[in-house]
Amino acid sequence: MNARSLQPILALAAMAVAAGTLGAEIRVACYSDGNECAVTQDLAKRFEAQNPDVKVIIDTVPYKAIVEQLPVQLAAGEGPDIARVTDLGGLSKFYLDITPYVKDPKYWEANFGQTLKWLRPSPTDKGIYGMMTQLTVTGPFVNKTLFEQAKVPLPGPKATWDEWADATRKVAKATQTPYAMAFDRSGHRFAGAAISMGARIFDAKGNLVIDDGFRTMAKKFYDWNRDGTMPKEVWGGVGGNTYRDAFEEFANARIVLYLSGSWQISRMDKQIGRNFDWIAVPDPCGPAACTGIPGGAAFVALKRTKSPKEVGRFLDFLASEPVYAEYMARTENIPAHAGVARKGVDYKVSPAARAALDVFVADVPNLSPIAYAIQGYKYNRALFNPTAARLGQAIVGEISLDDALKRIASDIDEQVKAAQK
Amino acid sequence: MQAVLAPLRSVAGAAGRVALDLVDAPMRALQRVLGVPRIGWMFVGPNLVILGLFTFLPIVIDFYYALTAGVQLYPSQRPYAGLGNFATLFECRSYLDPSSCNKDLFWRAVYNTAEFALLQVGLMVLFALVTALVLNRRILGRGFWRGVFFYPVLLSPVVVALIWKWVLQRYGVLNAVLAAGGAPPVEWLTDSHWAFFWVVFVSIWAHMGFYTLILLAGLQAIPPDLYEAAEMDAASPWRRLTRITLPLLMPSLVVVLVLGLIRAVQVFDEVFVLTGGGPGSATTFIVQFIYMTGFAEAIRQYGLAAAASLVLAVSLLLLTLVQLRISRRSVAGPAGRDHA
Repeated sequence: MNARSLQPILALAAMAVAAGTLGAEIRVACYSDGNECAVTQDLAKRFEAQNPDVKVIIDTVPYKAIVEQLPVQLAAGEGPDIARVTDLGGLSKFYLDITPYVKDPKYWEANFGQTLKWLRPSPTDKGIYGMMTQLTVTGPFVNKTLFEQAKVPLPGPKATWDEWADATRKVAKATQTPYAMAFDRSGHRFAGAAISMGARIFDAKGNLVIDDGFRTMAKKFYDWNRDGTMPKEVWGGVGGNTYRDAFEEFANARIVLYLSGSWQISRMDKQIGRNFDWIAVPDPCGPAACTGIPGGAAFVALKRTKSPKEVGRFLDFLASEPVYAEYMARTENIPAHAGVARKGVDYKVSPAARAALDVFVADVPNLSPIAYAIQGYKYNRALFNPTAARLGQAIVGEISLDDALKRIASDIDEQVKAAQK
Repeated sequence: MQAVLAPLRSVAGAAGRVALDLVDAPMRALQRVLGVPRIGWMFVGPNLVILGLFTFLPIVIDFYYALTAGVQLYPSQRPYAGLGNFATLFECRSYLDPSSCNKDLFWRAVYNTAEFALLQVGLMVLFALVTALVLNRRILGRGFWRGVFFYPVLLSPVVVALIWKWVLQRYGVLNAVLAAGGAPPVEWLTDSHWAFFWVVFVSIWAHMGFYTLILLAGLQAIPPDLYEAAEMDAASPWRRLTRITLPLLMPSLVVVLVLGLIRAVQVFDEVFVLTGGGPGSATTFIVQFIYMTGFAEAIRQYGLAAAASLVLAVSLLLLTLVQLRISRRSVAGPAGRDHA
């Protein structure tokens, strides 16, 4: 056998070795509120150009797949290498600590310190499991054009929920708008208003509790749905804990005030555009606070990955200040990166979107410590899901409000116990 | 042409014989080793393996999960709970009042499913029978009408639900029509009674064509000379229906009734897309309860979901046994019993 005849064999062997050693592939399961996955795809291409040994595949999936399918996949030891998740603490047992794989763990602590703990499985843990791709704050959007048409003054920054309810009812009546207000069908949105009304959410032992503050807000919310201030179809139209937003109702000017969150800004900007003037306003107040709930989505590294180094490298790339700043600017999100937040983000958005982002950013210091605590609590969905399901039942008259509140308490108890077995 | 084909045929024949010889030799050897009575297992073996892996093993796993607790997915990590999950499901002060039950949503789902099955199947069999009787006559455009009634069966349940959602939602087509006539909008999907009505209606609309087809086949199997004889005896149309058509159609009707009942108890996809189980829990059925408990809650109680699915399986088993019993009786008939 001469050297020439060996050449093809050697070439094939070299290719096989290259494929085995150089061709790490990372799969990212990504859902989008707006354009997050498209922007991630762009950034991944840049990362691949800088790291030719790594291939990043962005799988764009519906949000429902992240909420319902991903946890089952992870529990079965399957799934992607990285995922964009919102159940930050609930999935923490599946996260991979990338501390050994990032260039400078101190950089992560300095810039993501406030939110890294949301991803940790326990308060004593110091690992780095991923990074927030957005910091969201729940809060209301208002159809300003309707207020102007009705000649009703906009309530001020410290206005209470009752004042907002009165004002929006007047606007709805004057402009023949079907409804005054709507909340997304989500216990998460409801929780902010409940904390403002005095809900402590946790008892002295740190267990979830339904207290007087929660009951007060539940009663108000129930009454607003029953008296026509709110459209019954949002919370009453579907069953169980099914999520449903009220964006379409707001975008079609069928409601005056819509409680959702900062992640809707891009959608507002694109879909409402100049049909009417929409603004974000600070979270309405109650006797205890004027708070929404912080939150957001995070890219997290997952334990099942076979390429932990590459996963760490890719997340390190996304977390680097210039890349993160670009990501925030293009996705129109509020940064969770302290350095980027300090310098400000150069958003290329309309004046309306810019003004809304400013309102949400200014609202962050007003967030209640309880709001941060519930966001970081591992079993927070044991509160959020029954809130949507049981209040929905009460709103359509299937059970009384008192029964709904008792059921929320017993559902929480049952679910937390089941999770701890 | 013949000259070209003849050699080809002989080549193909020879290849076939070689292939058969290749299979024949090992089979004969195997038969010598196993013996003639056991060789049959060789043929049914692959099917048994598939059946075992994809039917019996999941049943065993379902039992295992139903007897264990916690939120762990791996069986080895799940603590034994005995009949705890069943006790949780059946813990009620009064079974007639779901609110008095520990798992009130399960019992609401049970009652909703029973009500849905009775209404949907009863009405669907009635409409399918009337439709089959009409389509069996010589009417203008009979083929077209058969196609029209069968068409919804071809649609995906999700598509069916989305079409009807578009019609029934608050700002949907139906309310637009009402508004054009000056009538106020109706909460078709947010009023409990209307939502239940529409779920039954849409389900009948989507599935009636299939059952109509079965009944139509049954009608066409009835010998026409029976009708001719009845006509000669001046029997009224009602008498012909009750004395000839319905008795001879009974085997097909039983099949339709039992298949419809089994399907109704398993209802999920189109209702889930149309109403999400709401308003409240007005259209939540057992399969949705199982899905929500096992997969849609943040804290997934696989054990409870498995226990509920076993309860569903037992009710389906009972329905199937009833079907077998009735269909045996209707196939045997009085003559069959005489022979026995």
